[in-house]
Amino acid sequence: MLIGTLRARLERLGETVTSSIWRLGFASRFLFYLAMHSGTAMRRFRLTIAQIYFAGVLSLVIILVSGLFVGMVLALQGYETLQRFGASESLGVLVALSLVRELGPVVAGLLFASRAGSAITAEIGLMKATEQISAMEMMAVDPIARVVAPRFWGGVISMPLLAALFSASGIFGGYLVGVQLIGVDAGAFWSQMQAAVDWSKDIMNGVLKSVVFGIAVTWIAVFEGYDAPPTAEGVSRATTRTVVTSSLAILALDFVLTALMFTGGNH
Amino acid sequence: MPQSSPASDLSSIVEIRNVSFGYDAARPVLRDVSLAIPRGSVVGIMGQSGCGKTTLLRVIMGAYFPSAGTARVLGHATGELDHAGLYAMRRRMGMLFQFGALFTDLSIFENVAFPLREHLRLPEELVQDLVMMKLHAVGLRGAAHLMPTELSGGMARRVALARSIALDPQLMLYDEPFTGLDPISFGVIVRLIRELNDSLGATSVIVTHDVQEALDVVDYVWFMADGKVIAQGSPDEIRASAEPFVNQFVNGKIEGPVPFHYPAPAYGADLELAPS
Repeated sequence: MLIGTLRARLERLGETVTSSIWRLGFASRFLFYLAMHSGTAMRRFRLTIAQIYFAGVLSLVIILVSGLFVGMVLALQGYETLQRFGASESLGVLVALSLVRELGPVVAGLLFASRAGSAITAEIGLMKATEQISAMEMMAVDPIARVVAPRFWGGVISMPLLAALFSASGIFGGYLVGVQLIGVDAGAFWSQMQAAVDWSKDIMNGVLKSVVFGIAVTWIAVFEGYDAPPTAEGVSRATTRTVVTSSLAILALDFVLTALMFTGGNH
Repeated sequence: MPQSSPASDLSSIVEIRNVSFGYDAARPVLRDVSLAIPRGSVVGIMGQSGCGKTTLLRVIMGAYFPSAGTARVLGHATGELDHAGLYAMRRRMGMLFQFGALFTDLSIFENVAFPLREHLRLPEELVQDLVMMKLHAVGLRGAAHLMPTELSGGMARRVALARSIALDPQLMLYDEPFTGLDPISFGVIVRLIRELNDSLGATSVIVTHDVQEALDVVDYVWFMADGKVIAQGSPDEIRASAEPFVNQFVNGKIEGPVPFHYPAPAYGADLELAPS
């Protein structure tokens, strides 16, 4: 009896592990096929631009407003700590480094996953459920090339731009609170920031992070949409999975990337 | 792209020979189905829901490949075609989906223009003219600027019909074209299927369970049950068929070989009644 239960549990565990590995393999093959069939998305770049509009431009409001508030909070909290050490003029450095290295790519990525990733999954899933994908295949048009690839590249291109705008908006928020409200010297705020933020070490690493997050989120979003069972429940589950999986992926990737990028000096 | 290979039978546009197919090995959906669809005709594949008729349609369009037997469509055995060959074959086919499957993010005009824009490099004026001609054929030229969500079910299906004939297909496939239509839309679709078939010189395959209605439009019928063809003939022969299943189906009888109840344990046992 006990052995039977144990065996059933082990079998279930094994099944879960093999099916998740199988799914990861399937998603990787999907990404490979997608990359191989991106010709249409590049040749007819209008298709991709339309998706940059949906994924990127329509996410602008939430990105800019969130960035502004995150920057304002950073300035308030940062000033509080820095002034204890008499370093309140480094406020600009603190705000800028926090944003371009970490918060810009990560928070923008999380917002992008919930705003654009979920929309991409739901749209592709519903296109599948209403047989639009099958109709396209019947018209001898490859849906991965025509529907999925432009959405993928639209997301991949939008994400770094959104992260950059998030950081810019955040720095402006930090300036508003730090300089205009609290009264940190404007010259010190900007000049220290300019001196301390390194182009390749800080900015480019931040951009690289946002590119990686963009690929991860959009890949998860298009795959979940394309793989969703064609029912109301299937699409709703896929949309939830997109947000959960891509948020976790962003946080895990961020740790790995930060470890690779910013620990070089300690060795 | 050759129009048809020399080996193909010129009189039949679709030849299904001893085809079997199952989504998994334990449950065959099609069992040794054979049929040949003559060029220029409008034929029906009829039967109860779940009898395998939609699966057969998907085998014809090359979405599934037979696990045994051959499906020869427009002169090509579908199982032997690669991706490009399959797509080349599909460009010569049109398919009307049950609920139209219009692209909801495109206008009616762009929906009909879609296959033209994807496959042909035509000047914009020509696309405009062709789309208007196709929409005129289904009576919806005036609706070109609307979005699919603004149309009724019957109108959406007519637009989908216009889209599926955009490339002047040689073979038209209809998946349950009559489901959920009011009597007027229904009459319009029936007339369009026949008119378009004859004016395009195409061949049409209608898969449906609306037997009475479909018998008025088709030239020949295959009747399927449980994955097999159980009867075939002209509409009059089908109406007069003595085969019990066909008779029950055509006349919509409750009593017959198809039971009302899904297989279940004894009624008394489910209600936990003591045997008397």
